[in-house]
Amino acid sequence: MNKILNVSPSPHISTPETTRRLMYGVVIALIPALAASIYYFGMGAIIVTLTSVVSCVAVEYLVQKFILKTRPSVSDGSAVVTGLLLAFNVPSNLPIWIIIIGAIISIGVAKMTFGGLGSNPFNPALVGRVFLLISFPVQMTSWPVPSGFRTGYLDAVTGATPLGVLSEGVKAGESVASLMEKVPTHMQLFYGYMGGSMGEIAAAALIIGGIYLLWKKIISWHIPVSILVSVALFTGILWLADPTKYADPGFHLLTGGIMLGAIFMATDYVTSPMTHKGMIIYGIGIGVITVLIRTWGAYPEGVSFAILIMNAFVPLLNMYIKPKRFGKEVKHG
Amino acid sequence: MFKTFPKGGIHPPENKLTADKPIVILPVPPQVTVPVSQHIGAPATPVVEKGAAVLAGQVIAEAKGFVSTNIHSPVSGKVSKIDTVVDTTGYKQTAVIIDVEGDEWVTTVDRSTALEKEITLTREEIIERCRQCGLVGMGGATFPTHIKLTVPAGKSCDMVIINGAECEPYLTSDHRLMLEKGAEVLTGATIIMKALGVERAVVGIEANKPDAISHLTELAREFRGITVQPLKVKYPQGGEKQLIKACTGREVPSGGLPIDVGVVVQNVGTAFAVYEAVQKNKPLVERVVTVTGKSVANPGNFLVRIGTPVTALIEAAGGMPDDTGKVVNGGPMMGKALAITDVPVTKGTSGILLFPAAASRRAEVLPCIRCGKCSSACAMGLEPWLISVLSEKGMWEKAEKEKITDCMECGACAYTCPAKRPLLDYIRLGKSTVIRLARERVTK
Amino acid sequence: MSSTVLLTIAMLSVLGLLAAVILYFVAQKFKVVEDPRIDLVNEALPGANCGGCGYAGCRAFAEALVKSTSFEGLNCPVGGADTMGKVALILDRQPVAVEPEVAVVRCNGTPDNAARTSYYDGAMSCRIAHSLYGGTTGCHYGCLGCGDCVSACKFDAMYMNPVTELPVILDDQCVACGACVKACPRSIIELRKRNKKDRKIYVSCVNKDKGGPARKACKVACIGCGKCVKVCPYDAITMENNLAFIDSYKCKLCRKCVPECPTLAILEIGFPVKEQKPAEAAEATTD
Repeated sequence: MNKILNVSPSPHISTPETTRRLMYGVVIALIPALAASIYYFGMGAIIVTLTSVVSCVAVEYLVQKFILKTRPSVSDGSAVVTGLLLAFNVPSNLPIWIIIIGAIISIGVAKMTFGGLGSNPFNPALVGRVFLLISFPVQMTSWPVPSGFRTGYLDAVTGATPLGVLSEGVKAGESVASLMEKVPTHMQLFYGYMGGSMGEIAAAALIIGGIYLLWKKIISWHIPVSILVSVALFTGILWLADPTKYADPGFHLLTGGIMLGAIFMATDYVTSPMTHKGMIIYGIGIGVITVLIRTWGAYPEGVSFAILIMNAFVPLLNMYIKPKRFGKEVKHG
Repeated sequence: MFKTFPKGGIHPPENKLTADKPIVILPVPPQVTVPVSQHIGAPATPVVEKGAAVLAGQVIAEAKGFVSTNIHSPVSGKVSKIDTVVDTTGYKQTAVIIDVEGDEWVTTVDRSTALEKEITLTREEIIERCRQCGLVGMGGATFPTHIKLTVPAGKSCDMVIINGAECEPYLTSDHRLMLEKGAEVLTGATIIMKALGVERAVVGIEANKPDAISHLTELAREFRGITVQPLKVKYPQGGEKQLIKACTGREVPSGGLPIDVGVVVQNVGTAFAVYEAVQKNKPLVERVVTVTGKSVANPGNFLVRIGTPVTALIEAAGGMPDDTGKVVNGGPMMGKALAITDVPVTKGTSGILLFPAAASRRAEVLPCIRCGKCSSACAMGLEPWLISVLSEKGMWEKAEKEKITDCMECGACAYTCPAKRPLLDYIRLGKSTVIRLARERVTK
Repeated sequence: MSSTVLLTIAMLSVLGLLAAVILYFVAQKFKVVEDPRIDLVNEALPGANCGGCGYAGCRAFAEALVKSTSFEGLNCPVGGADTMGKVALILDRQPVAVEPEVAVVRCNGTPDNAARTSYYDGAMSCRIAHSLYGGTTGCHYGCLGCGDCVSACKFDAMYMNPVTELPVILDDQCVACGACVKACPRSIIELRKRNKKDRKIYVSCVNKDKGGPARKACKVACIGCGKCVKVCPYDAITMENNLAFIDSYKCKLCRKCVPECPTLAILEIGFPVKEQKPAEAAEATTD
């Protein structure tokens, strides 16, 4: 009878959900988009993805083992997610060494220097992407044209993204209507037939992943919906005001990184607000800043900048946007 | 039709293994240990000497002060000694240990099982009877009932809620009581209504007990002013404030009590105890305890005398399985883990839950990933991740501003945390510290 | 071209001037007049902000020192006589001699001495374990072993010994700030007079239970037999609630009480090894 019993404060049961399961849930949700990328970009997509994932995991392991001297925690899957997202955010013909630099920046600088999982203020994959975009603008903006099961890697035919075409065209004084002739149709955009970063092109596949995340309750609807709705509204107003200068909302929603950003990048737990109210403000911020950059900024695309800018506001949102407390205050006599 | 509280909540696996196990009367053990503090408030003072002969139902320790209550001998026999023992809370306290001889009861107690519906006592007499009979809240909080039945000056009460939610997984003692003693429970509710001078009572029952809902709805037709309110299954439905919100839509203010919105909540078990005390003059000396667990051979619901060793209860359920790693007094969400099983059943013991070793250890704690699931789960609209960190760092003032004292320690946050952080451990520490500091401020 | 340069210079000068004026007025408005000696005293203090003096930090203590009229009850245990001498010089007062102290852990409930009856699986905090239940042994007074004292120590003077599951105090590092004393929910740690060569004799137990239960819970518990009280020639030992206590300021380190203790609850540390010294006591006292 003299059994040594375990004693702990309540509760004595816990949800089967773990950090690892959440992370691998995200990985599963990314599979449709990955499949689409492999379909459009072939070998390049596979090489970029593998390099990115392996180097992100390796950097995390090495930093924890040799610099921080803590027990490596790569099995939690967060480095795998970062690796996948980094790969999704770069062109599919990016040289391997640039991807490795991106992984070092993503994990080594943006994540581990702040204390690892849970402590980084900015989305690691996006920090990596923006770093690469600024450091290697040529390689980072030579977008392979989707061809379907390409077997080569660096030899792809490259072209501009639809957003790039639009941005350049408008600056050169062309009308939106004539520019729309030069870009794929909305239906093609929906299925991902356009130039762009490896994982951002196939809106349909990303939406399938998003539905999976919502179904598994890994993310809530607040962030993606508020981003997409605010982008649609903002671009819609501009489009109604002057359809010759501004593209329609459908075009904006289906091009560039907006789907990838809204569903997978902005919803990163660590760098997004904790309350639903905060999430909506954060989402609207991202949507508005994205449209501002796309329409009047120097870059044709602004989702990653918008998310990083709003990441910086997350601590403030967490501090000032509180959930509604139960019960009104009473004064004690 | 099914109502619930609006904010937060979780859905842990229900595991009501003993829902269809009728209440079994456990034989009186050879020796009982009756702690003098089985309630919130001042411990009672023992009034029997070593060697004294006692009858079942006799007062062996008298209430000391207003927030306190009498303790009665649950058995007849001889006081073996008055000693310090470890009780279910894990601390040592004074207890009267009685060697059982026969089963003689005090003659004033009516031990018949016939239903007595006619209420002859007046309001004051009912409250006095509850005080005399040592009644406390049977849901686990063990707050003396006579105080709850006394409406404080300046407040008014217009309805009673009988808490039959039993939202804790595994536990079924209230469920069985409603099924087997439904008429008594409703009579008890009527007595409580009379004591408070109200015309309306609602019995809140979660939807996972459809038999109890239909049974009591049927019975309630014969009781004036009592209705049964089915509730959605969601933890912590049985929390007083959540139950009131679900049943009436009223919101108890922060730092307030149910009486601030004109409601008094009593547990089903308490209603039954009130019935027995008022109609049968029977003090609180026995209660229904669920003994359960996935590897327990014969889990069941047992009617036991207070002071019976928990080991005897476990034996009655088929003995402690070899793989037992944790024994919990109460439910898995709010129950208290026992360090040793050689402790007595008290008025607040609603269940004994045995966890296999594999399910008894906490998982490794990982860093917070700021997923916000704890905030979504909190029924009080708090931010558990924040107040837990604040109290871990000793920032008591900030924790107080974040309403740490509103926490009812339901454990939904810690349950839902994917990183398995001990959120509630630290929140509880912070809450007790903040309350202590606030008290010191007042006395200064 | 030159007009642009001139305009730029002019604009910047005006802006700079404007900023300077605003800064000046803001600084005037929010100026706090402070006794300059506070700064001086603050500099003389060690700056560890340990709270050993009873104030929130060194700055708060400096303010209290400057405001006070005498050093009564004010002492920096970290800096000791040196620091207080410097402070006395700044404030132009007579320094008061204060005995140096050292923290002592009064529990010897190793797994060998006090059998574990349960395993604590909650958050690693003594205060949480203490508020949950009596503890992992039958002794409801002894060390819980979660190391709240160690995390409270700002001077790296403590660590948890994984074998004994008890905290160990490094006498050389300990400055007697008292942070561990406050951190311990069971009041096991005590500040005692620091003797020569860090010798100490103390009752390594805080169990207030009667002899029987105390002994049952832990082999080296004080059972309150009172033998040590009788043998002490200096009245340094008192017995209260079944627990002996040796007053470190009255104790003359004669060691007469040590062999008297039937449970070896009195420890002597730092003395040359005597032949008849019980083996267990020696084992228990080494780090």
